[in-house]
Amino acid sequence: MESSSPALELRALGRRFGERAVLRSLTLTLEHGQTLAVLGSNGAGKTTLLRVLAGLLAPHSGRARVLGAELPRERELLRGRIGWIGHEPLLYRALTVSENLSFHARLHGQGRRRVAELLEAVGMSARAKTPVRELSRGMLQRVAVARALIGSPQLLLLDEPEANLDPGAREALEPLIGRDSRCTRVLTSHDPQAALEEADLVLGLRDGAPLLLEPPASIDRDRLSALYSP
Amino acid sequence: MSTLPENALSAPPRASVHQPASGRPPGAARVALILLGKELRLELRTLESVPGMALFALSAFVIFHFALNRAALQGDLAAGVLWVTILLAALLAINRLFVADAQQGGFEALALAPVPPGAILAAKAAALLIYLLVLELLALPAFALLLLAQPLAAAAFGVLATLLLGDIAIAVIGTLVSALVIRSRARDLLGPLLMLPLLIPVVIGATSALSPLLAPHAPDLSSWLSATGLRWLAVLGLYDLLFGLIAYALFEFLLED
Repeated sequence: MESSSPALELRALGRRFGERAVLRSLTLTLEHGQTLAVLGSNGAGKTTLLRVLAGLLAPHSGRARVLGAELPRERELLRGRIGWIGHEPLLYRALTVSENLSFHARLHGQGRRRVAELLEAVGMSARAKTPVRELSRGMLQRVAVARALIGSPQLLLLDEPEANLDPGAREALEPLIGRDSRCTRVLTSHDPQAALEEADLVLGLRDGAPLLLEPPASIDRDRLSALYSP
Repeated sequence: MSTLPENALSAPPRASVHQPASGRPPGAARVALILLGKELRLELRTLESVPGMALFALSAFVIFHFALNRAALQGDLAAGVLWVTILLAALLAINRLFVADAQQGGFEALALAPVPPGAILAAKAAALLIYLLVLELLALPAFALLLLAQPLAAAAFGVLATLLLGDIAIAVIGTLVSALVIRSRARDLLGPLLMLPLLIPVVIGATSALSPLLAPHAPDLSSWLSATGLRWLAVLGLYDLLFGLIAYALFEFLLED
C-alpha cells in the first residue's frame, strides 16, 4: 500500500462546521518521505486539515486518500499508522510519564524497551516516574513526541510541534520529528521561514481555501505575507 | 505533484526510534484489558468515583433510617431503598466515566491508536461494573445493619445474582449514555435524564426479584427461583443482552467528533 500510492491524495476536499466552510477545494498530492508545510493565519483551517487527515474529522466533500486509505470509509486502516502532535499532549495527567507511554506502547504491541528507548530519545528518562500533571509545557511536548512515535508511524501530523520548546529541546527532537526523521510529514507552523526550510511542498491557506501550493523555492516573501495580511 | 528530493535516498538512516514496529497490535480482547487496566489505575490514582459513590450510599441509608422512622424495612420497601440508592450512587461514576478522556485528549489518542471501539465500550462498562461491585461490597453490610430486620446471608445467592445482573445493565446503559452526552456542556443534567428512564425496567426487575428475599420469612433458594426469582433474573439477563447489543452497534458513532 505504501509503495504503490502517494502518502496523501486530496481532491477538492472540503469540510464545514455548521454552515461555515473551514476547508475548501483542496487538491494536492504528497509522496512518501516528503514534508508538506501548511501555513496560514489563525482560523485558516490548518488544524482542521490535520484532523481530517488523521481521520478524526470526516470530510464533507471531495476525496481524501491517506496512506492508501479512503477517508472516512477506510478510517480504521489508519489506526496505529499516524503520529499526532497537536496543541494537547493527549496524556492522562494523573498517570506518570512512564505509565502513559507504557499504556500506548501496549496498545501498539510494544514493550518496556520501546518506552525506555523513546524516553531516552526525548531526554525524559529522569522524569519517567513523574506524574504528567507536574510537567512543564516543554516537557509535556517532549513526552507527546514520544507518545506519537511509539507505534513507529508512517505519517507524522505535526500541529505547531515546536510550540513551548526551548532551543535545546528543538535540537534534541529534530532527529525524531524533523527533516532527518525521513518520515512523511504534514506540519503547521507560525514561523513561515522555519516551515519553508523544512518543506518539500507548501500549502498556504486563507479562510480554508488554498492561496498557494508550491515548492518552497518558488515562494517569495510578498506572497507569504499575503497569507497573514488582515 | 512534487517529487522526493534527490538527496533523500542518500540521507542517513532513520534514528532507531523510527524503525518499523517489532510487535503486532494486540487483539480486541487484549486491548480491552489494557484499557480496563488504565481505567482502574486512573481511579486508584484519583479516587474520583468509588469513594464518592460509597459515601453517598452510606449517607442515603442513614437518611432513610431516620426519615422512614421504622425499626427495620422489609420486602418491597427494602428492595426499593437498596436499588434507588445504588442507582443514584452509580450516577456519580457515570457522569465522570469519560471526563478524563474528553478533557485530556484520550478520545483522540484512542482514535489514532489500533483500538476497536468495541474494546473501549467493554473496558468502560467493565470498569463501571467493578466500581458498582466495590460499592455494594461496602454498602450492603451498612444496608443490612441500618435498615434490615434479618441478616442477608440466608438469601445471599439470590441477592448477589440480582445485584450482578442489575449492575451489568447499569454499567452498559451508563457507558452508552455517558458517551452520548460527554461532549455536551449540560452532561451532568442530560446523563441522568436520559439514563433513568432506560433503567426503570431494571429497577422493576431487580426489586421484584429481591423483594421476596427481603421479606420476614424469606423463601429458600429453590422456592424463590421457581416462584418469581428465575423469571425476573431472566428479564434482567435479556435486558443486559439487548442493551449490550445496542451499545455495541452504536458506540463507534458516539465517539465521532
